[in-house]
Amino acid sequence: MREIAVVAYSQSPCVADAGATNEVELIMPQLQAVYSQLGLASAQDVDFVCSGSCDYLQGAAFAFVAGVDALGAVPPIKESHVEMDAAWALYEAILKIRMGHADSALIYGFGKSSPGELPIVLSQRLDPYYLAPLWLDTVSLAALQARLLLDQDLVSERDMAAVVARSRRNAMDNPLAQLAGEFSIEELLAEEHFVAPLRRADCCPVSDGAAAMVIATVEQARAWGAPYARITGIDQRIENHNPCLRDLTDSVSTRQAAAAAGVHRGPVDVAEIYAPFSHQEILLTRALGLDDSTLVNPGGGVLAGNLMMASGLSRVGEVFRRIVDGKAGRGVAHATSGPCLQHNLVAVLEGA
Amino acid sequence: MAERAAVVGIGQTRYKTRRNDVSIAGLLREAVDRALEDADVSFADIDAVIIGKAPDMFEGVIMPESYLADALGAMGKPMLRVHTAGSVGGSTAIVAASHVQSGTFKRVLTVTFEKQSESNAMWALSTPQPFSVHLNAGAGGYFAPIIREYIRRSGAPDDVGIKVAVKDRRHGARNPLAHLQLPDITEQEVRDSMMLWDPLRFLEACPSSDGACAMVIAAEDSITGSKPPAWIRGVAMRSEPTMYAGREEVNPQAGRDCAADVYAQAGITNPRRDLDCAEIYVPFSWYEPMWLENLGFAAEGEGWKLTLEGATSLDAGGDIPWNCSGGVLSSNPIGASGMIRFAEAARQVRGDAGAHQVDGARLAMGHAYGGGAQFFAMWIVGADKG
Amino acid sequence: MSEPLADVTGIKAPVYLKYRFTAGSAPARFLCRLKEGVLTGQRCPRCSNVYIPPRGSCPACGVPTEDEVVLSDKGTIQSFTIVSIPIPGNPIQPPYVVANIVPDGANISFIHLLSECVNEEVHIGQRVQALWKPAEEWGHAMDNIRYFRPLDEPDVPVERIGKLPVTGLEG
Repeated sequence: MREIAVVAYSQSPCVADAGATNEVELIMPQLQAVYSQLGLASAQDVDFVCSGSCDYLQGAAFAFVAGVDALGAVPPIKESHVEMDAAWALYEAILKIRMGHADSALIYGFGKSSPGELPIVLSQRLDPYYLAPLWLDTVSLAALQARLLLDQDLVSERDMAAVVARSRRNAMDNPLAQLAGEFSIEELLAEEHFVAPLRRADCCPVSDGAAAMVIATVEQARAWGAPYARITGIDQRIENHNPCLRDLTDSVSTRQAAAAAGVHRGPVDVAEIYAPFSHQEILLTRALGLDDSTLVNPGGGVLAGNLMMASGLSRVGEVFRRIVDGKAGRGVAHATSGPCLQHNLVAVLEGA
Repeated sequence: MAERAAVVGIGQTRYKTRRNDVSIAGLLREAVDRALEDADVSFADIDAVIIGKAPDMFEGVIMPESYLADALGAMGKPMLRVHTAGSVGGSTAIVAASHVQSGTFKRVLTVTFEKQSESNAMWALSTPQPFSVHLNAGAGGYFAPIIREYIRRSGAPDDVGIKVAVKDRRHGARNPLAHLQLPDITEQEVRDSMMLWDPLRFLEACPSSDGACAMVIAAEDSITGSKPPAWIRGVAMRSEPTMYAGREEVNPQAGRDCAADVYAQAGITNPRRDLDCAEIYVPFSWYEPMWLENLGFAAEGEGWKLTLEGATSLDAGGDIPWNCSGGVLSSNPIGASGMIRFAEAARQVRGDAGAHQVDGARLAMGHAYGGGAQFFAMWIVGADKG
Repeated sequence: MSEPLADVTGIKAPVYLKYRFTAGSAPARFLCRLKEGVLTGQRCPRCSNVYIPPRGSCPACGVPTEDEVVLSDKGTIQSFTIVSIPIPGNPIQPPYVVANIVPDGANISFIHLLSECVNEEVHIGQRVQALWKPAEEWGHAMDNIRYFRPLDEPDVPVERIGKLPVTGLEG
């Protein structure tokens, strides 16, 4: 199978409200950034383009069609779109390169969640006949999951606060983060519950922004002369969406994806885990089979800023960045989608 | 470099305005179960599930693949959800094929659907935004001016659209799954039907349907089922912006480029001669002559002549029948419409198209387009591996 | 109890979601000028084409656009349709003409209503001008223009549609 590498990546700052900025205006700076990392002029210089977004975030059908206006798609380009986090657009692009129909691909994801109430909007992702009419928002569902973990002594509120404290501290060195700062575990535990047992700080913020990435065959990466990180494994698995029909204290699909991606075939120096809620980071660290030798979410993760539809791609991008910066030799990126970690993607990246 | 892949199973629902006898999941299972049976496999034999549909607002369910994962037997498997506007049915088939052609999987299930009756599609397409006027003219209002420009340029007589409308409905009457069953439709009836978006009449426009279409795609070493496989001989997608200065809207470059790409892969130099039939996305009658030209079946300005000669008609014994299944003009579950074109092309080369079979079809084309005729997906399937 | 149950063929589950829509910075500038009764576009720094309404990018080149250009409220019909389909909630009574109109000075058309015309005589290349609502009714919306209406000027040759300067055919 062809060897594929990440060669460029850029993400916007995570902001609570991007104000008067439309999709094109969100995406274009990130595209320009990845082009400049490689000396490309436009999307015409790659063989395939794939994006991830969700119409309902902005509340308009075909929101992604506007994204094409950022690409310079004249003459026409080979292009596709997933109504998923852009990590799955990366997955589609990898298949396209593996089959030999492209040597390089541009992937981008964008989300402007501020116009709506994201947790409420996402309640309409549930079974339309039984669950969606109950308006079960995503925070409440995550709270049910946290309660299970707490009651079974698999996680403590102190453990959760420790995840938040580390995220906030790590984010202080991350200029793109939305939430950062020095907080003690005691300070965090002193806060009131928001949706019990979750405190506000246990929940990721809602952020507007975009991320872009270029991947290519290793041969093409060398030809471009840019530093790269090889994608040596990638896999994704889904479970039942109904929280009553699976064990919420574990993530079986993450375990399956991690095994298939070959997470354990070598040391894991860094892991970027898409955990929108603090207890989920603990749960996912276990499902990924990671121990203390792995640095988890060194930039603060999505608890410091969550670009819905782009954060999964960003996890891969952040691992890429640490590898090409020489801070890690081998890393794992994780992306999630759906209520209570229903659908999970795991990628393994290694240095050149 | 791509691994060989073939369609080994096809399943479709009966298309109709309102399928209130089934849930969304039930609708999909109807198509999926038939596709699995056709391929003589079960969910246990499926490595990944690839699903596609047009905007979520059509049913009001966000990312419905979440809820559908268990009904589609996807548990513990990879799943991907494609959305490329109206071309999504075709794009989804192509993305599904790439799972096999990349050498990553042996056998995948792909399914697309629309259950427009669950919501109001016209509303979903018309969420008001302040920088355009709220004319609510619908898709026909968008495409009618482009058709008018085609008529002006080509000098086509005004009954070309009527002929297509009659031809595709007569084809559809051969297909028991088709939504519209109008075996006795006449040109006069079409002409007398209400003018909706001049020059488009009611009977020159597609219906709005509930329905789903599924396929099983397998690698060369994993072929199953008793029917011959339809070998995937070429796949191509192209996109261009909705609006740009000087854009050729009548004969979009994205369509021409996409066709050239897919023909090159399949070794086709003259599509009218080399192909035995084609399933082309024609939601409004006049798009047949327009796409005949765009796809190189006729020279520019000449497409309407093929239609008038009966070249595209199965009933008239035409040399290059288009839309033998009845096409989008007979059934239009939007998100599935593209995949139905791809699947019907495969049925033809498998010799399994029933009463709308083209005798001895060996090579066929499936085509889908979407957005402002800016997203294109095409494939060529053959009875031979190539 | 084994009384036969009636089939459930549907349930009503209304979806109410509120969005605070934002147009984007380029469209926002456009809407602000529109509130003053002025049509503006943006010029692409690479291909020099002028877009209305501006989206902040040239879709052909994929580069940001910032250069604002004031356009005429006179324009040319690029194509049109006569809509006869009644649509619930639409206050305009069919049949009405919807036209793709290129304003002078721009290189792209937008869709608007055409009125005060004989529907059967509308044609490609026809010259039209905006009829604005009274200034006190102007808001941040394209319907500040009530509709376009025919202008007594010679038709524009097809090959020049979308290429006229802001001064129009004779400019």
